[in-house]
Amino acid sequence: MKQFNFHEAKSVKEAVKAASKNSAFLSGGQTLIPSMKLRLSSFSDVINVKNIKDLQGIKVSGKSVKIGAATKHAEVASSKDVKKAIPALAALAGGIGDMQVRNKGTLGGSIANNDPSACYPSACIALNAVIHTSNRKIDAEKFFKGMFETALKKDELVTAVEFTIPEKSAYIKIPNPASRYALVGVFLAKYKKETICAVTGAQPVVFRSKEIEKALNNNFDPNSLNDLNLKSNEMNADIHASAEYRASLVVTAAQKAVINCK
Amino acid sequence: MASMIGSKVERKEDKKFLTGKGRYTADINLHNQLHAVFIRSPHARAKIKGIDTSKAKKAAGVVDVLTGKDMQDDKIGGLIAGWKIVSKDGTDMKCPAHPPLATDSVNYVGDHIALVVAETLQEAKDAADLVKVDYKVLKAVASTAEAMNSDVIHEGIEKNLCFDWELGDKAKTDEAFSSAEKVVEMDILNNRLVPNAMEPRASIGDYNSSSEELTLYTTSQNPHLSRLVMSAFNAVHPEHKFRVIAPDVGGGFGSKIYPYSEDVIMAWAAKRLQRPVKWVCERTESFLSDCHGRDHITKCSVALKNDGTVTGLKVDTIANLGGYASLFATVTPTYLYGPLVLGLYNIPTAYCNVKAVYTNTAPVDAYRGAGRPEATYLIERIMDKAAKELGMDRAEFRKKNFIKQFPHQQCLVHNIDSGDYDAHFDKALNLADYSGFEKRKAESAAKGKLRGIGFSTYIEACGIAPSAAVMSLGAGVGLWESAEIRFNPTGNISVFTGTHSHGQSHDTTFAQIVADKLGVPMENIELVHGDTDKGPFGMGTYGSRSLAVGGTAIAKACDKIVEKGKAVAANMLEAKADEIEFKDGEFIVPNTNKKKTIGEIAFACYLPGTYGEIKSPLPEGMEPGLKETAFYDPVNFSFPAGSHICEVEVDPTTGETKVDTYTCVDDFGNLINPMIVEGQIHGGLAQGIGQALYENAYYDETGQLVTASYMDYCMPRADNFPEFRIDYTCTPATSNPLGVKGCGEAGAIASPPAVMNAVVDAIGTEVTMPATAEKVWKALKEKSKSAKKAA
Repeated sequence: MKQFNFHEAKSVKEAVKAASKNSAFLSGGQTLIPSMKLRLSSFSDVINVKNIKDLQGIKVSGKSVKIGAATKHAEVASSKDVKKAIPALAALAGGIGDMQVRNKGTLGGSIANNDPSACYPSACIALNAVIHTSNRKIDAEKFFKGMFETALKKDELVTAVEFTIPEKSAYIKIPNPASRYALVGVFLAKYKKETICAVTGAQPVVFRSKEIEKALNNNFDPNSLNDLNLKSNEMNADIHASAEYRASLVVTAAQKAVINCK
Repeated sequence: MASMIGSKVERKEDKKFLTGKGRYTADINLHNQLHAVFIRSPHARAKIKGIDTSKAKKAAGVVDVLTGKDMQDDKIGGLIAGWKIVSKDGTDMKCPAHPPLATDSVNYVGDHIALVVAETLQEAKDAADLVKVDYKVLKAVASTAEAMNSDVIHEGIEKNLCFDWELGDKAKTDEAFSSAEKVVEMDILNNRLVPNAMEPRASIGDYNSSSEELTLYTTSQNPHLSRLVMSAFNAVHPEHKFRVIAPDVGGGFGSKIYPYSEDVIMAWAAKRLQRPVKWVCERTESFLSDCHGRDHITKCSVALKNDGTVTGLKVDTIANLGGYASLFATVTPTYLYGPLVLGLYNIPTAYCNVKAVYTNTAPVDAYRGAGRPEATYLIERIMDKAAKELGMDRAEFRKKNFIKQFPHQQCLVHNIDSGDYDAHFDKALNLADYSGFEKRKAESAAKGKLRGIGFSTYIEACGIAPSAAVMSLGAGVGLWESAEIRFNPTGNISVFTGTHSHGQSHDTTFAQIVADKLGVPMENIELVHGDTDKGPFGMGTYGSRSLAVGGTAIAKACDKIVEKGKAVAANMLEAKADEIEFKDGEFIVPNTNKKKTIGEIAFACYLPGTYGEIKSPLPEGMEPGLKETAFYDPVNFSFPAGSHICEVEVDPTTGETKVDTYTCVDDFGNLINPMIVEGQIHGGLAQGIGQALYENAYYDETGQLVTASYMDYCMPRADNFPEFRIDYTCTPATSNPLGVKGCGEAGAIASPPAVMNAVVDAIGTEVTMPATAEKVWKALKEKSKSAKKAA
């Protein structure tokens, strides 16, 4: 790790003020700290935001679940309110990393990092989330731009994420056996008017599978995906899974999600 | 007193390890200590045109930047291969120079180029970024299969071939094949593994300029041998002024048997800079520079009669040695492998040819089982295939070919003293409920899952011995072991062993032996190991040898203590020494009430005379003190064996394999501590199942290690395993007085074929290790494609 200045921000305003071209916001630190320790990244300033009061807490209204950016995965996973409103979201949080990761890692940190195989981005897309930041609100569809790339400006801080409560939903993760990140993760949310199928892990950035959505909007049944062959040319390929295999796993995960939808 | 041998005594070690009080090399910090960071090659193969250390030397906190040239100036020798293998044409194996710091060329990613030494680790790392190395990058040789047809890596070593070794009677075996009623052939790939000890390697050199003594703290399974090699071959420091300490060590699995470049360099740097120098390996460095394991490509075939009798075996293997020949690298794919390819079958003739090749990958050396897992994998896979092709039940086919009579002289090397293979196989079939398999298969099918059952039987050769025999086969050292029992005047005991415990629980197991032998309570016995200044020279821990060889040395030293004790007791009790009986810690004159405890005898040995109430004269001419040393060189290997049965369920939609049940029945001879044995089985199974389903050290064609972190190298987790069903049979070893055989490697040896035979049985088509979900998914897809074509 290279040397840096450490800032303990007490408010969103203070955090944003301390930000610069060469700074980083520190929340759970589950990606930032290892990458700094490995000297893959270094910053002049690290601004700790995880203790800012405005970034904490879970609020459920009739239509949405709003979760503060510094809320830990373990808190989302164990929240009775989340479990009741969107059980799939609680289950997703409960399946991230391991116990240590879940007790440190945060929602805001995860989506701001936008790892192509992270779980949360799929929930944001499928649950029509609105990302609240230090100076605006961004629709999830416009937030996740590319691999490790978001709509956030350098001095912009995620403050909360507001998820729309669906009729039912499910998240199925087929983990990379080594890292246990999503090799493929499918978040399925069924609303009155439509079903949204958001896929993480399979492409450089989270996406909606229009083919799966079309089939399920016709008939919300796992068998309606039986003959679906997704194109593999846009899928990620690496030593853990070829593009063709990932394309197949997306359909398999979606079928399992339909079965588990509640 | 209840017998300690055979009891599930709780581990003496647990308290310190479970409460975080272990003291590992990285925990040690010395006064005035410097920190070292290595400059390692980012290229698999390159010439070094120049190394510019000038900027780094001027950086803040830097004390020195050392290169191979500095080592040459100080006349430090290179690393060695310790077991000479002779090729079938009579020529000696060919090993390249292996300087601790490269001087002219680098031969794998992670090869050592320079050492930055600074006041703090941070400063050393910062300065390391300033060292500029000018490389001429060359085309890497990364493939085991292609190594012999690729560019020559080391000048003068044609075809990159270290040796072309053979074992067995080729003519007789050819004859068996030409007269065979059926021949079954098979290609076998034994995947490459990273050892992944929980504690990465570490090393601290410390030189005392007043006494001229050099101390090296290091993560070693074998401190005495490390010192010997570093003194005799690396010429770091004379042995009598050189102390190697291996404190608590967190796992080795073979990867810490021998000194590495880093050890030689820390010892040398401390002497050169006259300050302690510390290096702690980071996990990525560990992936790149620990010696790896396995990496064989094999073609094998069995000759058969139609009734299922195996009449011959042929094995043709290419073994990857990596960039250089590491210390035990050459014996692993030869004498630890070739003789074992027969498994526990009565095969009348066999021929085994092994070509060991250099590639631009990390050196490959012994890893849990070392050669024996590779042998077991091939024989058990081809036995499965042969049974299926003959249309025989795989269990019946195995039983038909088992060795039935002992001792049994195998057609290759080993004379197996004891065993009962039907006994553990039948017990395993029962425990695994083999007869209920079809029902379970139908239940899995109803859930859309494919169920398979796999068998694996194995024989292991442990406690490599006797020294004269192994040295005649090329070993550079004898493989005996030492022990010293030192009674203290107050009656407690220090036991010194030349073996080393880094997870094996010697503190407990060996104390159990001493407690039984001398009748002294466990808490009064302390095991001392891992320090060349304490106790006699020993040969370390590997190859499941510690109990069979080291434990026996301890038992023999105990016998000498009792022998002397009898003489002293006889004198004190006014009896004859040959009348005295020793039992449960007491020397007794039979049919009298005259007795002395062993504590009293020890006291007498240290206070030999009469002083007030103390009346403890020693027999005339007897030396005072009570301390005995024994060196033990076994008469033969020991031969643990066993039967493992695995059942898997495969999800055809994802290709994922779940190990549903795992049963093992092992014959380790007598067990000293069944709880510790069970722990060893669990660990071995985790590693073997890991090899079968998850682990793979994968180099791309440029020689980059793609799986160089836990993000990509898949270690199995606890949730990958079922509860293991474990049981034993026992035929005591006749090669040592304890009747023990060794258990440390069995799990890793037996389980890969058990799992793979089950996977192949489930999916009905071949797949290589590791049987990852994608590979299985693809294999199933190919199978249904070709089925459609056929239809």
